[in-house]
Amino acid sequence: MTSDIERPNRPALSLHVPEPNARPGDEIDFSHIVIPAAGSVRKPDVSASPAETHELVYSLVRVLDDDGNAVGMWDPRLDPDQLRRIYRDMVVVRIFDDRMYRAQRQGKTSFYMKSTGEEAVAVAAAHALDREDMTFPTYRQQGILVARGYPLRDMMCQVYSNRADPLKGRQLPIMYSSRDYGFFTISGNLATQYPQAVGWAMASAIRGDSRIASAYIGDGSTAEGDFHAAVTFAGVYRAPVILNIVNNQWAISSFSGIAGGDLTTFAARAVGYGIAGLRVDGNDPLAVFAATRWAADRARLNLGPTLIEMFTYRVEGHSTSDDPSAYRPKNAGAAWPLGDPIARLKQHLVVLGEWDDAREADLLETVEAEVRAAQREAEKQGTLVTSSIEFPQDVTTMFEDVFEQMPWHLREQQAQMVAELEAKRK
Amino acid sequence: MNMIQAINSAHDVMMARDDTVIAMGEDVGFFGGVFRATEHLQKKYGSNRCFDTPISENGIIGTAIGMAAYGLKPVAEIQFADYIYPAFDQLVSEAARMRYRTAGEWNLSLTVRSPYGGGIFGGQTHSQSPESLFAHVAGLKTVIPSNPYDAKGLLIAAIEDPDPVLFFEPKRIYNGPFDGFFDRPVTPWAKHPKAEVPEGHYTVPLGKAAVVREGEAVTVIAYGTMVHVVLATIEAEGIDAEVIDLRTILPIDMDTIEESVKKTGRCVVVHEATRTGGFGGELSALVQERCFYHLEAPVERATGFDTPYPHSLEWAYFPGPIRIGTAIKKALEV
Repeated sequence: MTSDIERPNRPALSLHVPEPNARPGDEIDFSHIVIPAAGSVRKPDVSASPAETHELVYSLVRVLDDDGNAVGMWDPRLDPDQLRRIYRDMVVVRIFDDRMYRAQRQGKTSFYMKSTGEEAVAVAAAHALDREDMTFPTYRQQGILVARGYPLRDMMCQVYSNRADPLKGRQLPIMYSSRDYGFFTISGNLATQYPQAVGWAMASAIRGDSRIASAYIGDGSTAEGDFHAAVTFAGVYRAPVILNIVNNQWAISSFSGIAGGDLTTFAARAVGYGIAGLRVDGNDPLAVFAATRWAADRARLNLGPTLIEMFTYRVEGHSTSDDPSAYRPKNAGAAWPLGDPIARLKQHLVVLGEWDDAREADLLETVEAEVRAAQREAEKQGTLVTSSIEFPQDVTTMFEDVFEQMPWHLREQQAQMVAELEAKRK
Repeated sequence: MNMIQAINSAHDVMMARDDTVIAMGEDVGFFGGVFRATEHLQKKYGSNRCFDTPISENGIIGTAIGMAAYGLKPVAEIQFADYIYPAFDQLVSEAARMRYRTAGEWNLSLTVRSPYGGGIFGGQTHSQSPESLFAHVAGLKTVIPSNPYDAKGLLIAAIEDPDPVLFFEPKRIYNGPFDGFFDRPVTPWAKHPKAEVPEGHYTVPLGKAAVVREGEAVTVIAYGTMVHVVLATIEAEGIDAEVIDLRTILPIDMDTIEESVKKTGRCVVVHEATRTGGFGGELSALVQERCFYHLEAPVERATGFDTPYPHSLEWAYFPGPIRIGTAIKKALEV
């Protein structure tokens, strides 16, 4: 395309469209990623001003070194039992993901999304929060539910939209909701939960409560207007909220450069809004825990919000509807220079003398059995039904909960649908 | 009270009764709102209960949803209904569906107030009537008062309602009932019977229309400013019309409409909003479906035209007495 206006003294402009440095068939290349040594980043006091976190937003908080030792100021010094609990929860998430992915391939449900490689950003962060703190997750933080002990069977019933689905078959699989477990209802509309989390935190402050909120967003969705609204409000009202950006490098097929991450970091957004920012190795469960605890302490002390970029990698496809080999080199996840969060915590436990092959074998066997048993129980309640006559839920429930009381027009439509169904059965 | 004072009083009553009620929006706090609807509230209840927000409609509604999810009852103001669109996603995808998608685990006692409607030389972005956009959304209630008494009672009912409610305030009639005869002086509310507003708590139920004038010849359904224009028009034309003030757009009070149309056999629907896809289409369809054998003439619509709201051509656009009178006479002709 050429311009029809010529100004001979000026060079023609050109549009820059960011491209990842490797596409299918190319060598995987992560050489551009700068990884500071574990323990090299200082830990400011929780009362640090947002401006004092300036250098942290361009660095990377890391605790576990290549040999599995916990080093530096950010080491949260967790006791071995807690480390093992975090490890176990991450293992549960991975095994759960694998089973549900297979269940989708077997046609038992319509859809699934794995969180492979990102288990730490949900699990380790949840362990650093109080059970009463409200989380506002995206669709890729199933680890929070697992870490908080939500029944695996109930998660699966939701994925299957079966008769025991707590959401009555109304929601797409994985859009969980649990008020009791501090897991806010997941919406298909990206970024909407971000200002909602800030509002929840503002409400907690208005009421003089001590609970805080923790919000999640992906790198791609930071481009939504709701991201800007949320960080603006969080900064203005110094809301007690942790604003997590899970930068897994990919938004479906778009690499993070398309979201605006090419020449800067996502953590760097924080400082411009007057918010403390941290950039954290998202595959280092100890760094995730320590950063979350630091941000939670700030929020609890009325010192304001913290934005944390969790730097990680989406190892699998975006969803069961996605094939990543169409836009990036195969096995890119395996080459990710920050490794695998589960393997790294395991290595650390081994170095501490708190883990060994026997315990690993025992854990895998126990968790596999637990997940299998949950799946068996869930499938007793049915899997996705695609009939137009037989449904897992009482069909009249489709009209409930639109409003607290059902208005006349919905009662009429309910009766119409019941009649329609009777006609089909004849 | 005028309508602003009635709305202010509704806030005051609810904020005094229930400390989970908070008021928020652009210029709502110290200044008391660009239309003075929240005047004195910050002084009386503190800046934790009534506060200014950044200029971000999606932020206002997004955070209000979070507050309602926590258990507060936010009353959020959008300065003009014309500026509610940045919050459309939060209202449609989130507020409206919260109860449904969580199977009742979360519900939002959220009220969104917004000055709306034309007749004030507001041009394209201070005159719009977007109610039908929200009537199309399952899970939202929409309310439009036409006088101070109803404004206070409906707003209190909206704040107490367990579902999200959009509360559109016809700013043309904030200070006095406007009858559409723009060249006549406007009378203030003081002389109007509906300006008698109790100081304390009372409600006007959501989902209930009001028959503001009984008549035999034709049923005219209107809401907001148009109620007054319709009343003035039928008086000027000497028509014995029954006038229904819908008050709540959704849920629709179909019983009141049916009863009236079955009596008169004729129906005219009036609104300021553009015609195509406007709420008049829904009302007209319902009347046709449910009163077909009682109708003696087609249902007529007198509405704004299908153009953006113009500035200098305001009184050509506005559905005034001539357009409404013509529609009523047409319904009476057959």
